[in-house]
Amino acid sequence: MRITLLPQHKQIELDGRRRVGDILQHLGLLPGTVMVIRGNELICDSEFVEANEAIEIRNVISGG
Amino acid sequence: MKCKRCQSKAEVHLRQHNSAFCRGCFVFFLQRQVQRAIEKQRMFTRDEEVLVAVSGGKDSLALWDILVELGFRTTGMHLALGIGAYSQASTEKTEAFARARGLRLIAVRLEEEGVAIPTVVAATHRPACAACGIIKRHYFDRLAFEHGFPVLATGHNLDDEAARLLGNVLHWQLHHLAKQHPVMESTHERFVRKVKPLFRISEYETAAYAFFRGIDYIVEECPNSVGATQLVYKDALNRLETVMSGTKLAFVQEFLRTGRVAFAGHSDGAPETCARCGAPAFGSRCAFCGLVHEVEAKRQRRATAGCANKSQ
Repeated sequence: MRITLLPQHKQIELDGRRRVGDILQHLGLLPGTVMVIRGNELICDSEFVEANEAIEIRNVISGG
Repeated sequence: MKCKRCQSKAEVHLRQHNSAFCRGCFVFFLQRQVQRAIEKQRMFTRDEEVLVAVSGGKDSLALWDILVELGFRTTGMHLALGIGAYSQASTEKTEAFARARGLRLIAVRLEEEGVAIPTVVAATHRPACAACGIIKRHYFDRLAFEHGFPVLATGHNLDDEAARLLGNVLHWQLHHLAKQHPVMESTHERFVRKVKPLFRISEYETAAYAFFRGIDYIVEECPNSVGATQLVYKDALNRLETVMSGTKLAFVQEFLRTGRVAFAGHSDGAPETCARCGAPAFGSRCAFCGLVHEVEAKRQRRATAGCANKSQ
């Protein structure tokens, strides 16, 4: 699967079918600090992303 | 996972509420949460026109959208901070939002005022976020007062309030704890009431709302926020939230319900008036005029040094 991280605009490739929660854990991201977007929809931590799909993981934490 | 209201496929899971929602039900849920907060905390009425501080980020644009959808009369206020491409994009997003919805927007460019954030930071050597906060608060208060608005709304969310509370507790900032509240009543003729209608709404929720509503907000972070203390507090709270859902909401809600009263005796009291600009001040000069004084002193030193070099 192809993952785009925002706002870094970084591309990551992961193999296999994976659960969203496992993807976040693999990337060291905390649930609730990012939105996981597939196409035009948000997907919850319990859902699966197929190996041939593309998702965007967008940071939601702002500060300063 | 299914939507709590309509049983269709859920797009958001809110652990702190032990609920999941589909797109349509989440938008309804969030708008209703904000309406309840406005009513319960008596932030403003439908007779009052609300000045909404908008940065171009998800929280403030979501807030403006929610208030408009709830039928409140609003005007936006935007400060172009002068932080290069980041500020330019923020202003463009804000102006596009207002234009597309036919909303009134008051915009002030700090470069034209001589107090762009990079200029002030270079002249004063203060942390960027500290200088930015002082300047924003000054212009928020000033514009709200000068344009005759009774109330100013900002997009501070649950995560902002929890991080602020944690910082205040860690350093036992008693005066700050005494005044931390989603409604700050006017304590000076040039202060209007300030409210935070999103104080119970998490950053994830405002981001999801903006996404569902098709709000084009600036995703990039302010370049000055790298390493900001507030982000350290937010990270600590989000780690707690991961293992104990609802921690942030309980922290803020219980402080307001039971903890805050313990600090009531430490309030700053009513401010005095700044001798230079007439704004509220704790001392003879307000914090903004203190900054301006430092910037002007630096300019004068440069001009004097330039004259000395030319004459050599």
